[in-house]
Amino acid sequence: MALQNVCDLHNPPLFPQWSAPLSRSFMPEDSTHLSGGGIHGEAFSTRLPGRGSLSPLEFYMPIAEYLTESPINFGQTSLSSAPTKLLEIDHLHPSLPSISLPPPTPFPVSPSVPLPFTLSHGTTTLGFAFQGGVIAAADTRSSCSGLVACPASPKVLPIHSHLVGTTSGTSADCALWKRILARELRLYQLRHRRRLSTGGAAKLLSHMLHPFKGTELCVAATLCGWDGDDEKHEQPITEKHANTPTNQMTASNSSGQSAASGASATCGPRVIYVCSDGLRLQGELFSVGSGSPYAYSILDSSVYWGMSVQEATEVAREAVYRATYRDAYSGNNVDLYHVTAKGWRRRERENLKEEYYREKERERRVIAY
Amino acid sequence: MEYLIGIQGPDFVLVAADNVAASSIIQMKHDYDKMFKLSEKILLLCVGEAGDTVQFAEYIQKNVQLYKMRNGYELSPAAAANFTRKNLADYLRSRTPYHVNLLLAGYDEADGPGLYYMDYLSALAKAPFAAHGYGAFLTLSILDRYYRPDLTREEAVDLLKKCLEELNKRFILNLPSFTVRLIDKDGIHDMEKLPVGPK
Repeated sequence: MALQNVCDLHNPPLFPQWSAPLSRSFMPEDSTHLSGGGIHGEAFSTRLPGRGSLSPLEFYMPIAEYLTESPINFGQTSLSSAPTKLLEIDHLHPSLPSISLPPPTPFPVSPSVPLPFTLSHGTTTLGFAFQGGVIAAADTRSSCSGLVACPASPKVLPIHSHLVGTTSGTSADCALWKRILARELRLYQLRHRRRLSTGGAAKLLSHMLHPFKGTELCVAATLCGWDGDDEKHEQPITEKHANTPTNQMTASNSSGQSAASGASATCGPRVIYVCSDGLRLQGELFSVGSGSPYAYSILDSSVYWGMSVQEATEVAREAVYRATYRDAYSGNNVDLYHVTAKGWRRRERENLKEEYYREKERERRVIAY
Repeated sequence: MEYLIGIQGPDFVLVAADNVAASSIIQMKHDYDKMFKLSEKILLLCVGEAGDTVQFAEYIQKNVQLYKMRNGYELSPAAAANFTRKNLADYLRSRTPYHVNLLLAGYDEADGPGLYYMDYLSALAKAPFAAHGYGAFLTLSILDRYYRPDLTREEAVDLLKKCLEELNKRFILNLPSFTVRLIDKDGIHDMEKLPVGPK
């Protein structure tokens, strides 16, 4: 109250229904009325902020028009309305500095809607299936253009007891959609008294993301899970899996197909890639993110169906390590999850800095001799 | 990037599609099937933008099946093609157009085999042979030269192999394997995948 007297503030009407009877007839410069109801008269001025002169302690936050729209429309170019909206903002507040943003992501961005901040896409995540279950691994660096925003962010998020998802793309989008997916899967489980299969979860996520196609939403997830109600239905190791490396190009395609159909009857390990632009692929090995080419080159030569859990962990760790070595946007630690018929198990987060020094030490010793 | 081809014979339609599912420079899958079975004798081959293909094709697929459930008989290939084209056209000038290129191949009891070419601008043409993708530039003239309306099945497969060999020779991208299917009065038959060896 004292501040209002000193600075001659005009606050926006908080309760418009009170202001009408008071302010119409009240004379602000009549100081004898200020002590009683005068404050209300001062406070509930009919002058709206944002037009004409603003008093110094009055703040008008220029809300970019697109933030008040529905998020489904966010980012989509509407040819007639978007340019005019931007013009209006400039016209109202010519004194505001124009925001110039750095060139955004490699994804196609609608030019008329500026990004509120630079999104982060750098990551290395991978998931593959083998006879002992599914391995999901990822680095832990969250980057925001040139800055490491968080060196210890979890990119492999468990969704339910038998399903984990690796996240790539915008961290916030991934975290949100994982939670939404987890909620929907839990509801399904409660309603139908069984867990939804990994394929079903992938289809659900894909259809939930479809309305946002064309917007800035960016989620690229690999769902790694184990389907099957009973833990007793373990998959037997078939000889042909152990012998043939994953080389689908050759004529072993037919044997690969029949073997894959044997493994994927109704239960077993599943790896499905879901992307926010609508791609949904089931397979045995996926790697996503800016470091994925580096990881693919390690995985393609070393992953085969018959490998042991120890080998699989080693290969996954090595692939993430090599990717973090080469890719600037991946790094710090590696998280590793192993999903079996009994659920997922988490390996302790390992700092790859140690591995880097160990390797340097090995090289140094080799050169020395 | 992706390639579809269809060849119509006197009593069959032969279709093939490549098996690569790619995301920027990475091949994410080598055995991806781009054909969607609309009914016992109709196949829809669909390529284009990543999510649009599956969403649109599954939408058409489910609607064709719904028609069968409601009315007790299946849509003919011509009707299915026109239905697909109508849907493409309806979405074309909306905020979410589907960017997909399609080949619809089917066998009708009354009209015989039919191959329908559709593109993302919702054009529709019934054609004796058709192809989509960059590979079409390389293979359409082969089809022009060697196609005859009275091809036998073996000759059609040979013609297809000629096209795929040309792709392997001159197309800059590696398309290692193709799914091949044949539709005739007995339904849809899977033929062996054609791996084209390096020349």
